[in-house]
Amino acid sequence: MSTRRQLAVLAAALAIVATSGSAALAQKKYDTGATDTEIKVGNIMPYSGPASAYGVIGRTEAAYFKMINDQGGINGRKINFISYDDNYSPPKTVEQARKLVESDEVLLVFNSLGTPPNTAIQKYMNQKKVPQLFVATGATKWNDPQNFPWTMGWQPNYQSETIIYARYILKNHPNAKIAVLYQNDDYGKDYLKGLKDGLGAKAASMIVAEDSYEVSEPTIDSHIVRLKATGADVFINITTPKFAAQAIKKNAELGWKPLHFLNNVSGSIGSVIKPAGFENAQDIISSQYFKDPTDAQWKTDKAMIAWNEFLDKYYPEANRADASVMYAYIVSQGLVHVLKACGDNLTRENIMKQAASIRDYEPLGLLPGVKVNTSPTDFAPLSQLQLIRFKGETWERFGEVLSGDVGG
Amino acid sequence: MSAAAEEVVTEAPAVEAVPKRAMTLGYGTSLVVLAALVIIPLLVKNFIIFQMTMLLIYGLAVLALNILTGGSGQFSLGQSAFYAVGAYTSAILMEHVGMNYALTLPIAGVICFGFGFLFGQPALRLSGVYLALATFALATAMPQLLKLGYFEHWTGGVQGLVVTKPDAPFGLPMSQDMWLYYFTLAITIAIYVASVNLLRSRSGRAFMAIRDNEIAASAMGVDVALYKTLAFGVSAGITGVAGGLGAIAVQFVAPDGYTIQLAISLFLGMVVGGVGWLPGSIVGSAFIIFVPNIAEGISKGLSGAVFGVLLFLVIFLVPHGARQVAIVAQQLAAKLKKN
Repeated sequence: MSTRRQLAVLAAALAIVATSGSAALAQKKYDTGATDTEIKVGNIMPYSGPASAYGVIGRTEAAYFKMINDQGGINGRKINFISYDDNYSPPKTVEQARKLVESDEVLLVFNSLGTPPNTAIQKYMNQKKVPQLFVATGATKWNDPQNFPWTMGWQPNYQSETIIYARYILKNHPNAKIAVLYQNDDYGKDYLKGLKDGLGAKAASMIVAEDSYEVSEPTIDSHIVRLKATGADVFINITTPKFAAQAIKKNAELGWKPLHFLNNVSGSIGSVIKPAGFENAQDIISSQYFKDPTDAQWKTDKAMIAWNEFLDKYYPEANRADASVMYAYIVSQGLVHVLKACGDNLTRENIMKQAASIRDYEPLGLLPGVKVNTSPTDFAPLSQLQLIRFKGETWERFGEVLSGDVGG
Repeated sequence: MSAAAEEVVTEAPAVEAVPKRAMTLGYGTSLVVLAALVIIPLLVKNFIIFQMTMLLIYGLAVLALNILTGGSGQFSLGQSAFYAVGAYTSAILMEHVGMNYALTLPIAGVICFGFGFLFGQPALRLSGVYLALATFALATAMPQLLKLGYFEHWTGGVQGLVVTKPDAPFGLPMSQDMWLYYFTLAITIAIYVASVNLLRSRSGRAFMAIRDNEIAASAMGVDVALYKTLAFGVSAGITGVAGGLGAIAVQFVAPDGYTIQLAISLFLGMVVGGVGWLPGSIVGSAFIIFVPNIAEGISKGLSGAVFGVLLFLVIFLVPHGARQVAIVAQQLAAKLKKN
């Protein structure tokens, strides 16, 4: 080939590239972190430190996105999932968030975990106009599109859960004497507030005992003894898994049989009910929005089969009794749903727009009847719960799917 | 109590005697370090500037501990408590009182000085590991105190307080991060120079006399009780200023940010930087900020273990921390000059 011919070919090639490039530019819109081949998604998790048990959420998400990439990605783009450890310490979260946004240049931060860490970066993310999407905390304040249009929650918030319990108590046990045990932190106090709001004017007279414990306490037995002594006939158990199991066991030992409400944080059969003993947990009332993988009734369920197949291939060492694995599986589908909806317009603004216009979306793993819904004024994707009662060795659903929407 | 047991309790803690000349850098080196600290931010991204700000802030906190342990020979695992008090003082004054951020720092320093001085009183009766344990209790208690319902109106309880980041004054054309960095740098230099002078002064000699031998010091006429509590006060005061700066830089205070882990990190920073060697504080601070990131980069699941191994290597290879490295470097340089 002569040099002249080569040049001509090169020029032709360049012309083709140039025209196709400009044509593509007309339809495709990108912000930092998105290209034709890749979408950079940031994430912050407590892989170490006091809340490290939740680190499994980040690992499951990484595995899920690997599966999505192996299947060809989202509209041909691979997800580059960058997840950092913040030790559950807010100053470290700020450092990691800034690293993701300014150094790694991610398109969005997805499912960062914990109320204090997310509070620490909320202002920054909104100033930078980078989506802080589907945060992994049940605090009520994430549903505040007016002041924080770049932050969106995900799971039903803590307050709506206890509001649902309060309504149930007011309807079925109007003369109850209520004892509350809660963890002394943001999560426990949010639940307590929901309970009091739900009971309304009767809160002062109905709640006969309030007791709190610190996460650092080895056992909560003495708190249970104290609560029993108040003669309460309803027990609201706002505790994390380890303590929930202790409470259920101790109740049985003491022969205290109040109407027992267990917050859904600790609803796992595998990690709470079974260690506490099935016989001790009969008739406990709780609520759920996704399927407990350790519950035998879902064994042949379509979602559960898909979940197991995913774990077999991409995360075989996962503890399948851990509800966090299911949680992460569902929220990852949520992100994929939003990114797919964005099409070729991968701007941060469009991501928030698509995230705020989800209609009756049902990712695999949610309970029948529970749906994801958002709108420009509703930044709480999941807000429905199903009341459940423990019978035999499984949770029985009763009543309708309830909604306890509260704003931030 | 037997005589032997008595001796264990009153024995001076095992802090190596560092002569005061060896506590600082030479002028030339100081200028190079200073120039680097002034120039680098002009060349890097905002995120790096933020990290450098945190480096200075933790450096200050480590320096404070260094004065206490390296200077007066007292141990403290409770620095996170003073740091928290300083952070909360600044945050509350800024957000509830509407005070200028720069004015909140001296107040945070004074309050922490008082707090530390008062805490030093009962601590007088303790020494060595017993003192470390007492301060450990303080660090454990602090996050819970901050959560108390009684203070919730001011502290924001478990939710913490969000702090507004200050803009550069006088319309200076620099980003918030860069302004805050230079602001922090100015304070750090001021405190560093003051600390060096303090240790070279009469009070500093008294601290070191107490560190080296308490009985001898009191025989020489040093008011041991006063100077021990004073060391606590000064250390707490500087930590408080660092805490206040930290609150402004991070824009958020919450009880979870000031757990015992922070106190241990600061202690670690001091050991890695070299006990009693003030410039080492910045090296120690770099260690506690960056090495966890490196460890995470090596293995996400085992980041704690990797950090442990790195720490072990440092302690094993250079037990006197950065000071040892600096001395070796100095000797090498001298050798090269001779040749």
